[in-house]
Amino acid sequence: MRRILFLARAEVLHIVRDRATLAQVLLIPMVQLLVLANAATFQIRDTPMDVVDLDRTSTSRMLVSHFAASGNFRIVERSASYAPANADLLSGKATLVLAIPADFERTLVRDGTAPVQLVLNAEKGAAAGIVQFYASRIIQAYGAELGAQLRPTLRTVRASAEEPAPVRGAPLIDVRTRGWYNPTLDYRHYMVPGILVVVVTIICTLLTAQNIAREKELGTLEQLNVTPITRGQFIAAKLLPFWVLGLLELAMGVAIGWAVFGMPVRGSLLLLGGVAAVYLVAALALGLWISTMVETQQQAMFVTFFVMVIYLLMSGLFTPVDSMPRWVQLLAELNPVKHFVLIARAVLVKGAGPADIAQPFLILAVYGAVVFWLAVRQYRKRSA
Amino acid sequence: MRALGGFVGLLRKEGYHILRDRRTLAVLIVMPIVQVVLFGYAIRTDVENVRLAIVDPAPDYATLALRDRFTAAGVFRTVAVLPGAGELDRLFRSGAAQEAVLFEPGFANHIARGTPARVAIITDATDPNTGSAMQSFAAAVIQSWERERAGAVRAIRITPQVRMRFNPTRESSNLFIPGLMAFVLTIISTLMTAISLTREKETGTMEVLLVSPLRPAQIIVGKVLPYLAIGFVSILTVVAEARLVFHVPLRGSVLLLLAEGLLFILTSLALGILISARTSSQRVAMMGALAGTMLPSVLLSGFIFPIESMPRVLQWFSNVMPAKWFVIIARGIMLKGVGLGVLWPETLILLAMTLVLLAASTRSFHVRLD
Amino acid sequence: MTGEGAGEGKPTAAPAIDARDLTRTFGAFTAVDHITFTVRAGEVFGFLGANGAGKTTAIRMLTGLLAPTSGEARVAGYDVYTQAEAIKRNIGYMSQKFSLYEDLTVRENVRLYGGIYDLSSREIRERTHRMLHRLGIEQVAGERVGAIPLGWKQKLAFSVALLHEPKIVFLDEPTGGVDPITRRQFWEMIYDAAAAGTTVFVTTHYMDEAEYCDRISIMVAGRIGAIGTPAEVKHQFGANSVDEVFVRLARSDTPGRGAA
Repeated sequence: MRRILFLARAEVLHIVRDRATLAQVLLIPMVQLLVLANAATFQIRDTPMDVVDLDRTSTSRMLVSHFAASGNFRIVERSASYAPANADLLSGKATLVLAIPADFERTLVRDGTAPVQLVLNAEKGAAAGIVQFYASRIIQAYGAELGAQLRPTLRTVRASAEEPAPVRGAPLIDVRTRGWYNPTLDYRHYMVPGILVVVVTIICTLLTAQNIAREKELGTLEQLNVTPITRGQFIAAKLLPFWVLGLLELAMGVAIGWAVFGMPVRGSLLLLGGVAAVYLVAALALGLWISTMVETQQQAMFVTFFVMVIYLLMSGLFTPVDSMPRWVQLLAELNPVKHFVLIARAVLVKGAGPADIAQPFLILAVYGAVVFWLAVRQYRKRSA
Repeated sequence: MRALGGFVGLLRKEGYHILRDRRTLAVLIVMPIVQVVLFGYAIRTDVENVRLAIVDPAPDYATLALRDRFTAAGVFRTVAVLPGAGELDRLFRSGAAQEAVLFEPGFANHIARGTPARVAIITDATDPNTGSAMQSFAAAVIQSWERERAGAVRAIRITPQVRMRFNPTRESSNLFIPGLMAFVLTIISTLMTAISLTREKETGTMEVLLVSPLRPAQIIVGKVLPYLAIGFVSILTVVAEARLVFHVPLRGSVLLLLAEGLLFILTSLALGILISARTSSQRVAMMGALAGTMLPSVLLSGFIFPIESMPRVLQWFSNVMPAKWFVIIARGIMLKGVGLGVLWPETLILLAMTLVLLAASTRSFHVRLD
Repeated sequence: MTGEGAGEGKPTAAPAIDARDLTRTFGAFTAVDHITFTVRAGEVFGFLGANGAGKTTAIRMLTGLLAPTSGEARVAGYDVYTQAEAIKRNIGYMSQKFSLYEDLTVRENVRLYGGIYDLSSREIRERTHRMLHRLGIEQVAGERVGAIPLGWKQKLAFSVALLHEPKIVFLDEPTGGVDPITRRQFWEMIYDAAAAGTTVFVTTHYMDEAEYCDRISIMVAGRIGAIGTPAEVKHQFGANSVDEVFVRLARSDTPGRGAA
């Protein structure tokens, strides 16, 4: 047991002496967190759009002004025909073209329903889908509003005393919507925990991964192999400093997230810390395991990078795991990052308690134990 | 002439190095393949299979009918039907439910009497985007039922007919794949060169090269050329995957795409060289490559998150990311089918970046001739 | 000064190292070819041979770093196959390639290994103090090991190998690359260790150092070509110096194999 502390202490000294790495290790996560939390959002603002209004009635103009007033769109061009709008789309000047046909108002009053055209530039990738979503929502809201104005209700049945009297033209069903946990729909509340976890994980795992490989390259590993230190003690000692570092960085990140981004901290930080402690063992032990299997630092880093990228894109950080196909979701179950991101979000934003996160936590615990065991097993003090 | 012979010798040595290092080679070849396939499927923003909880204290024909509609909609999966809202918080917190629809008692009575029948839609808005989407879906289900019940008489509906230019099939993969290509290529190129060059420095073999008749520029080129070759193989693989596995259209010129890809790899390699010129430690180089490529190229290139949504400062900053320009180029060629005539500004920018990076790194190498 | 008396007068104890037909192959190449020898407790045993003769491979098998392909060996009474970890508790090792941590200070390196060998904090303090004093490097105790001269580094590595007072210490080419004066000092340190009862197993390609040892063996192309006291070996081959013996052995070996 003492041996672990002695070796871990030496590890800490290595890190502290390497000024460049130390600075990187402390700064990179925080800088990335600050910068990237601002970048990762799907909310649309000032998206350039073209309007082709062939109807030119008060109804169609009202629709257009709804777009303008939404804050999501910015009308860059109003044209009388399709051609210039299409050209704008092609050149990228506009992301969206709203085309209102000539008999829009008339059809609407007569049939109660009328089409409009939304032409989107899909080049923009995911943004196009979101733009469509926002546009459709504006149109839908406008339609509901019109319903209230153009078609008064035919029923005038008086309600009982407890119920409010029916509003003229009110819809049949009164739909109230509420968003829990993130009423302001601030994307950063959602992203900060995730980015923090991912960034800290990647950095700490890369460090552990190149650690053992480096000693192999330098020849210092041999000197350790000749001592009576056991494999378990060795791996534990290698893990410890980075484990502490990881916890420290997570704590720093949570503080920054809360102070700078107003990230909610609804759940128990103690709980989060406890889960983090287990999680880091899982993440770091993987780095060590990789390190025991390769010969050079270069290999260690390549392989780890490979794995980290997969972890990153399948963590639910950028795109929800729920949106992935079933087989990919199953693979994601093997990704400890995915589980911890889930837990972090649940605890911080939703105020989840131990019972709520029991399942992903269990997975993490098992994962950690298995990978640690694999690392110990893989490490050989004697070459065959 | 001897220098040229030496140069060829250097190339050959580099080639052997790479071929003999099986593990690294395997990762380099396999990585793009696996990643593109995996992420092509994984990176989706479509909302489906929403876990829905129903709170229906007094079920009647109306609530049951609506509940059926939810199930039939295909987007939802009812995970719980509860008599009260007490359990909801727990379901949400554990993620068992993402959305809840709450009916009030006497729902059908209200409808019959014409007084507003209340329904509450509660979404887990932790992810605002998914939250909004789920909310709209649920609202749409209710409204379509309402419309049918009330007849076309009641509601006004404006139907948007959506046309996605340049992506008529509306496959998510078409939108993400060009960005994914940039991401994968960046990582391989920058990381590869950064690590391998610092490796030479760390093991001391760089000094040997520097005292040889080879000029620093030749050394750099000699070391980088093999990685250019590997990078090119990667582009081919990635484009092939995009076409064969995901059927992403390729409306423009394949040759142009490959050429631009090569240019982009060169840019990334130059960045890797610059990183390696600034440090002698593999560890530091690795972190530098990480900071400079991985997360930024995902987040600031427009790959997943639209650049238009970012704060002004970041939008400006994203212009410095080579990945951003390549994504525009790739999307343009693949989805729109445009050529150099439209894409020359972006190409020029990439070219300029490459030259600047190469110049900076060569100068750093000169300085480090210690 | 020849090593003497360390084992003299004591009752015959179990050999410190006992190897029989110890063999190691790497694919088709046989690095160590059925070597048989014993090393008595307390003696200074010189394991000679040219570079590439198999010395380092042999030493790595004896220290539990490399598994033998066949044959038997016991070190400090323990079997190298099944009791490698027990062996490690009782031996010290100084590798050919310098393997202390260059970015840690002298003190920190010593403390690390002291702790790994389960020395108490007090023992570590005392022994460190004694070692630094004996080596005369107190003034650089707080310096990074990477910054001190090579000769001092080597002596430090040797001292660290002895820090936990092991029964046997294995030294792989300890005097490689140092000046003659430092070499001399090294051998004095080796004698001191032997006088204290430690068995010293030292490999070297400097044949003149053979004279310093109690007994020697000479490896050629994986095999032991000669073994015994320096005097015995010289007599056996009718040579005046161990160097001569070596040259004769090397030449008589099949051409194409052996000394690199």
